Amino acid sequence: MTDYMHSFDLFEPASVEEAAQLADKYGKDGWIIAGGKDSFDWFKDRHKRPQAVINIAGLKQLHGVKDNGDHVAIGAVTTLTEIEDNKLLQKNFPLLTAAAAKVASPQIRNAGTIGGNVSQDTRCSYYRDGFPCYRAGGNTCYANTPTAMNREHALYDAIRCVAVTPSDTGPALVALEAEMIISRKGKIRTVPAEKFFIGPAVDITRMTVLEKGDILTEIRIPKKWSGAKHYFEKIADRQTWDFALVSIAMVAKITGGKVSDVRVACGGVQCTPRRLTTVEDLMKGENVGAEMERLAKRVAAQGAKALNYNHFKIPLMGNLAARAVRSLT
Amino acid sequence: MIVKLKVNGEIRSADVSPETTLLKLLREHLNLTGAKLGCDVGDCGTCTVIVDGKSVNSCLMLAGRASGREVTTIEGLASSEQLHPLQETFEELGALQCGFCGPGMIISAKALLDKNPEPTVFEVRDALSGNLCRCTGYTKIIEAVLDAGRIMSTAEAKS
Ligand SMILES: Cc1cc2nc3c(=O)[nH]c(=O)nc-3n(C[C@H](O)[C@H](O)[C@H](O)COP(=O)(O)OP(=O)(O)OC[C@H]3O[C@@H](n4cnc5c(N)ncnc54)[C@H](O)[C@@H]3O)c2cc1C
Ligand code: FES
Ligand code: FES
Repeated sequence: MTDYMHSFDLFEPASVEEAAQLADKYGKDGWIIAGGKDSFDWFKDRHKRPQAVINIAGLKQLHGVKDNGDHVAIGAVTTLTEIEDNKLLQKNFPLLTAAAAKVASPQIRNAGTIGGNVSQDTRCSYYRDGFPCYRAGGNTCYANTPTAMNREHALYDAIRCVAVTPSDTGPALVALEAEMIISRKGKIRTVPAEKFFIGPAVDITRMTVLEKGDILTEIRIPKKWSGAKHYFEKIADRQTWDFALVSIAMVAKITGGKVSDVRVACGGVQCTPRRLTTVEDLMKGENVGAEMERLAKRVAAQGAKALNYNHFKIPLMGNLAARAVRSLT
Repeated sequence: MIVKLKVNGEIRSADVSPETTLLKLLREHLNLTGAKLGCDVGDCGTCTVIVDGKSVNSCLMLAGRASGREVTTIEGLASSEQLHPLQETFEELGALQCGFCGPGMIISAKALLDKNPEPTVFEVRDALSGNLCRCTGYTKIIEAVLDAGRIMSTAEAKS
């Protein structure tokens, strides 16, 4: 390790349009950076060597948190610390501020952005270490062999690739029904957070719908869940800078002791944040209490398929679901 | 590219290639070797410096991103007459052994105390959570930060 990166051309576009043009022009040879916390890790390991690096962190248009009446808009280059400390978000969506506060370390949150957090690549150690696996364009998965170390890997939807989503804010944004605004050559499209993250069945080489040339400009959170009860918990081997083994994000509305609406998502169990729809279904319309907790625990990890070393994630999901339910009483 | 920034109150500039990190700029171009290279990837925090009031890992920031901004490194804390209260309490309590984590640890603590001179133990632990120490076991480091906070808030109250 010598603080070395390959030489590249650095662009500091003055507008989203210019950034989009550059991203389009360079295509596969281009790479967008915001905080660079995920990108420089790739560059330093020398597994990715883009020729043109397009830094969007300085774009004011993409920065900050705004109240737009029926939703709150978060610019993609807003840092995780700014999200954690933002009063508007603390008041309306404490689920997101709690999740942002659990990312990495203070230093990384001070420079890492929310756009980078949801767009970051998976942390499968074989893939990150440069093994020529399916995700890297090869024809095998090194994490799913009889001797592979796969305690961090997936319980669900592992189609050829067993990597999981590393993002802590992802499950929170899925629970909150956030929308991702994506710009491509001046055209804007809106994708629900739940569809933004993609699994290997859709494209084994990407973690999100973003393709080269796309820029995530904004994340919008509808006020629908403003003021709802929330629960976030992340279980990792270390309290800091460690990725989630399993995390849970829940928002719930309670009327007269009954759950009137709820959304729950887990991180760290499949390639995308996983909605726990069976847990949501059993909660809706029912009284919160010990019985709901017991059932949630039982069904949370339904359908999970463990690899050699990640069985522990199954009871972990159950326990986290139970704790989320318990937090409502 | 020319990068011009304020380091420890002084305007400095250097001609660096675009892929140069802020850590490399400080260490190899400005001869400020206080911030250390440990893990190179954001894990250890020994490269921590303050940019515009916020602690960051200088190994994961391009030098160009610091252009026009204010950077504080460990070299900016003491004057020739006076150590910074953090340096004094670290010394008094023997909060460091090999000392390699020290510059990053003290800078993270400074970023905290500048905003919150009377932190709780929990807040100190949280602020230092991105800094690894392989020698001390952290207890004395945390005590030293709390003590320095007390010194700094008393000094502020007097002035
Ligand atoms: C030591 C360490 C520990 C970490 N721990 C955690 C953790 O516990 N939890 C967690 O969630 N994350 C963790 N991370 C991962 C991640 O680096 C940070 O979460 C951070 O938020 C990434 O943001 P960034 O702006 O620095 O990303 P960048 O590196 O700038 O970008 C990441 C990726 O997203 C793309 N991208 C970024 N912004 C946009 C945009 N607006 N439009 C299109 N594409 C974009 C980039 O092209 C790149 O591919 C950790 C990272 C490190 C180095
Ligand atoms: S050298 Fe930068 S965090 Fe370790
Ligand atoms: S004193 Fe040796 S690493 Fe902290």
